[in-house]
Amino acid sequence: MELDELVRSSGEWLRGSGPQSDIVMSSRIRLARNLADYPFISKAAESDRAEIERTLHDAVVKASASPHLQYLDVDKLAGLDRQFLVERQLISREHAESEGARGVAIDAGEQVSLMVNEEDHLRIQVMHSGLDLEQAWEQINHIDDLIADHVTFAYNERLGYLTACPTNAGTGMRVSVLLHLPALVLTRQIEKVFRSLQKINLAVRGLYGEGSQAMGDFYQISNQITLGRTESSLVKQVGDVVPVIIDYERRARSALIQESQENLHDRVSRAYGILRTAQTISSEETMHLLSSVRMGVNLGLLPDLEIPTVNKLFIHTQPAHLQKLNGAELGTADRNIERAKYLREHLNKGDGKSSQN
Amino acid sequence: MKCQKCEKTATFHITELTGGKPQELHLCEECAREYLTQPDSSDGTPASLAGALAQQLAVGQTAADLARLDQQACPVCGITFFEFRNKGRLGCPHDYVCFEKELDPLLLNIHGETRHVGKHPRRSAADTDSQTQLIRLRREMKEAIAAEDYERASELRDEIRQVKEGTG
Ligand SMILES: [Zn+2]
Ligand SMILES: [Zn+2]
Repeated sequence: MELDELVRSSGEWLRGSGPQSDIVMSSRIRLARNLADYPFISKAAESDRAEIERTLHDAVVKASASPHLQYLDVDKLAGLDRQFLVERQLISREHAESEGARGVAIDAGEQVSLMVNEEDHLRIQVMHSGLDLEQAWEQINHIDDLIADHVTFAYNERLGYLTACPTNAGTGMRVSVLLHLPALVLTRQIEKVFRSLQKINLAVRGLYGEGSQAMGDFYQISNQITLGRTESSLVKQVGDVVPVIIDYERRARSALIQESQENLHDRVSRAYGILRTAQTISSEETMHLLSSVRMGVNLGLLPDLEIPTVNKLFIHTQPAHLQKLNGAELGTADRNIERAKYLREHLNKGDGKSSQN
Repeated sequence: MKCQKCEKTATFHITELTGGKPQELHLCEECAREYLTQPDSSDGTPASLAGALAQQLAVGQTAADLARLDQQACPVCGITFFEFRNKGRLGCPHDYVCFEKELDPLLLNIHGETRHVGKHPRRSAADTDSQTQLIRLRREMKEAIAAEDYERASELRDEIRQVKEGTG
């Protein structure tokens, strides 16, 4: 199973490169599309779903929408593999947990994912590391065109692309950026940012890890409106606000340093210390501590660590990743022990101790 | 940031479409769990979109009108308006046409617009009528098979084939 090749890497959105990647984890765009000659998923019979899946699977392959696409039959994947793809942000939780014929095509670089039979017949997603919305839009626009040469999408002159939920009608487009905002959280300014974003119709969500725990000060900002604006203006709307938030976050970081460099350094070092020595640790605590460490690295407080390493730890300590890396299914208690072991191994490499792996 | 329901720190930020406008809820873990696990709603119509819609429809609508509206069904996929209100999901592309009068205020509420100005498929859209006809014919064929009316089912299958050839 080629899925295993993905396990050792960390995926596009955690590559830790691209513009502003100390604060912007990833830029993501998705387009919702439906076949014109089939009912939406809620009214699709099993046989409809199977035909939709076949039609779109064929179209995606024929269109060679992206080089080196690998198509996975999600219905046939083991639960652990589905969860792995969710953690990797290549499929949605809903897609992993629903039933019936459905699939996903993923490119080798993990920038492109095409979900078949999610809430809509087709959900095209393009994800770039760092702040890179314009290029992501160019890429997804092209992929959409290529696929549309092989199928007819439900489209109405007045309302645009027709989607299962009216909240997505029109462009069917969701533009989002994933931001790491630890200083705004620490200085309790995040609420203010939320409020100002809501006023301009942008949605903010925390990123969730295992179960429903909020994950390491990551926030996703996206457009709410999909109808009555051009795609470029939606890209611009989200793109324009990001530098403002980046600026807030940087100022909050400077404020923390000015207020008390010692306190901040202490906080970061303690977090690092726990991660390097813990014998058992939950996913939630790991996220929380890694968030401090990540900020510390970006502020030059932890010179022997690098951002890609920290990003890798964020994803590899997630439950499904941990189990895939271990090659075995583990209960919560065992996962917490394995997670601590993994962290120790990867964070103690630099100081002369022998390092496994 | 404090939880909206108690004094703890809000760590959950949930977008809900209640009252017609997307709304952010800020809750602590405990309240969020409670919120997320509560059944859709006590009166059978779930939160989110359907709630928004119901509220909007209640304005200037008598109970009898609403009941009548709820029974309206899409001739293509068979979804009733009540079903849509409940699930917040439409049944087929034709719903945007047959429920236009009801959906337009909703779209206006969500997007502030009812006219698409973005991209369109490169190929000019194929004949929409025959596309929706295919959805209806497939459904009728399934119904015929379920009723063991195989003669009707095979007629329908031929019709589907013809329509498909027509649209190329
Ligand atoms: Zn609370
Ligand atoms: Zn319909």
